[in-house]
Amino acid sequence: MTTLDAPIAATPRATVATSAYVRTAPAPSLVPPLTSVGWLGRARAHLFANAVSTVLTILIVLLLVLIVPPVIDFLFVDAVWSGSDREACLPTAARPEVGACWAFIGDRFAYTIYGSYPIAERWRVDVFFGLLGFGTAWLLWLEAPRRDLGSIYFFAVLPVLTFVLLHGAPAIGLPVVDTALWGGMLVTIVVAAVGIVVSLPIGIVLALGRRSQMPAIRLLSTLFIEFVRGVPLITVLFMASVMLPLFLPETWSPDKLVRALVGIALFSSAYMAEVVRAGLQSMQKGQYDAAHALGLGYWQSLRFIILPQALKVTIPNIVNSYIALFKDTTLVFFVGIFDFLRTIEVARADPKWSTPVTSATGYIYAALVYFVFCYAMSRYAARIERRLAVGDRR
Amino acid sequence: MSTGGETAKRDGTGLAGTENPAVAITGLHKWFGEFRVLADINLEVARGERIVICGPSGSGKSTLLRCVNALEEFQRGEIVVDGLVLTKDVKRIDAIRRDVGMVFQHFNLFPHLTVLENCTLAPIVVRGTPKPQAEATAMALLARVKIPEQAAKYPNQLSGGQQQRVAIARALCMNPKLMMFDEPTSALDPEMVKEVLDTMVELALDGMTMLVVTHEMTFARQIASRIVFMDAGQIVEINAPEPFFSHPQHERTKLFLGQILR
Repeated sequence: MTTLDAPIAATPRATVATSAYVRTAPAPSLVPPLTSVGWLGRARAHLFANAVSTVLTILIVLLLVLIVPPVIDFLFVDAVWSGSDREACLPTAARPEVGACWAFIGDRFAYTIYGSYPIAERWRVDVFFGLLGFGTAWLLWLEAPRRDLGSIYFFAVLPVLTFVLLHGAPAIGLPVVDTALWGGMLVTIVVAAVGIVVSLPIGIVLALGRRSQMPAIRLLSTLFIEFVRGVPLITVLFMASVMLPLFLPETWSPDKLVRALVGIALFSSAYMAEVVRAGLQSMQKGQYDAAHALGLGYWQSLRFIILPQALKVTIPNIVNSYIALFKDTTLVFFVGIFDFLRTIEVARADPKWSTPVTSATGYIYAALVYFVFCYAMSRYAARIERRLAVGDRR
Repeated sequence: MSTGGETAKRDGTGLAGTENPAVAITGLHKWFGEFRVLADINLEVARGERIVICGPSGSGKSTLLRCVNALEEFQRGEIVVDGLVLTKDVKRIDAIRRDVGMVFQHFNLFPHLTVLENCTLAPIVVRGTPKPQAEATAMALLARVKIPEQAAKYPNQLSGGQQQRVAIARALCMNPKLMMFDEPTSALDPEMVKEVLDTMVELALDGMTMLVVTHEMTFARQIASRIVFMDAGQIVEINAPEPFFSHPQHERTKLFLGQILR
């Protein structure tokens, strides 16, 4: 500003100075009213902008006052943190109000993680969790070195390691642990991971099949997708666990968990196919034209041009499907598999911990755990979306 | 794949490979359903020739271009590109597409790739060019279309004229024997038309064989070896620019020129 003043002031001043006042510096700008800046301004703009918003703000504050303190009391203030059986969490004359019975969760924690997996072998599950966490981080951390190796590890090495570790290999001294003993978070994670890892590639293939020029492929893909989408997951699970053995030779009767895995994978693939198809349909014809005109073949166009863009626009929906899938894993309960929720069901029915607050505590624990997983997926997706949006930025 | 293409080329002509016309179209017919879009098109484009195709909208100009690199199928007739007969064989189609560059009305750049990646993708993936070499070629061509400084940007960050020049560079990176332009300036703001036309003029002066669908008649007069006028799916008239503009032979040509040259 001051530099601009110089030339203006230099020439006209000599002639104008006698008749006019020339400002040599910009006037200070007015201070904004106190009520439009800072926390006061924000409060006015967002909470008390008009009558409706003021009423809503007051109602919400009242609601929070009504709800939050009792919840805090239940979860923390009145909660029982230690104890070895129900006596710890029973109301007594000295303590009529009993909050969450965290002692119960503490006591049954291992069961909700491992199910009935033999205690002596549980280190194998811990190693599995470690390997899975490592692989997931390698794959999801976009700046990680050698992510190509990471995906080989995740999609080829890890499944084999997992099978050897969890199921066992007597040849190398790992006794076989029957899947009937698996349970808790272990089963939930295995089911969800298989569903997540398998559904995307199969979903992509089905989506491409449904848009194929070849009538037979298109018909088969469409039939599969529509059939699976037309029945509830619980039906697919029952069919997988009851009907699958009928189709397969008796000697190769797959075990209960594998049947459920197949059911979940097929079900989520059909949904994923529709999600991916929506993405493929959002692509402009010009992108195909340009790719083909440059001499890229069908698969090259897909891999380098179409899928990166189509999957990018569908990331929110893909993650949405994954979150739904993670929660749907609880349905394996009905075909007799002890997933995380089922272990809590079993634990809360245990007479040793029978108290008025046991069920509530168990369900709060379950809700928290499911929430943490689903929220993490949602946050990660949001981050990826922001990162990939770079090409759309103007 | 490339060896297959070479063999086929020799099979296709038998003699004097270098004397092949760049494109030879004979008796081409195409229908969209019941509707005939191209009727008995015959056109031979010699190497180094610059053909401008004009005509009213819906006359089949773009469709004709899109038939040459098999973006559209045709039902009858024959197209031979540099001695290679265009068949439905996927390998043959890919071989022809590798040697035919195309620039579209709406640029059709790949929005998820940077300008440089747009240019290097096909050479790396299709031709197997090593990445450093592909990048050097791409940078040289981006310099030729005068936007080397935009190499790291994404297409959406560029103006329309810049995007179209990237599209030209992208096509040139495949070292094509023939360049086709499908109304390259129709989607541009008026002030950007010139920069794209200038690029195309330079390309023409360098001896590139070009097939251009355009309404830019000044450009046509300036660079065209011959001008093809199409109407209702047929070639009405082919002539050198000077007689084409001064003495159009057909009523339809006169009518069209009367409307377009105010």
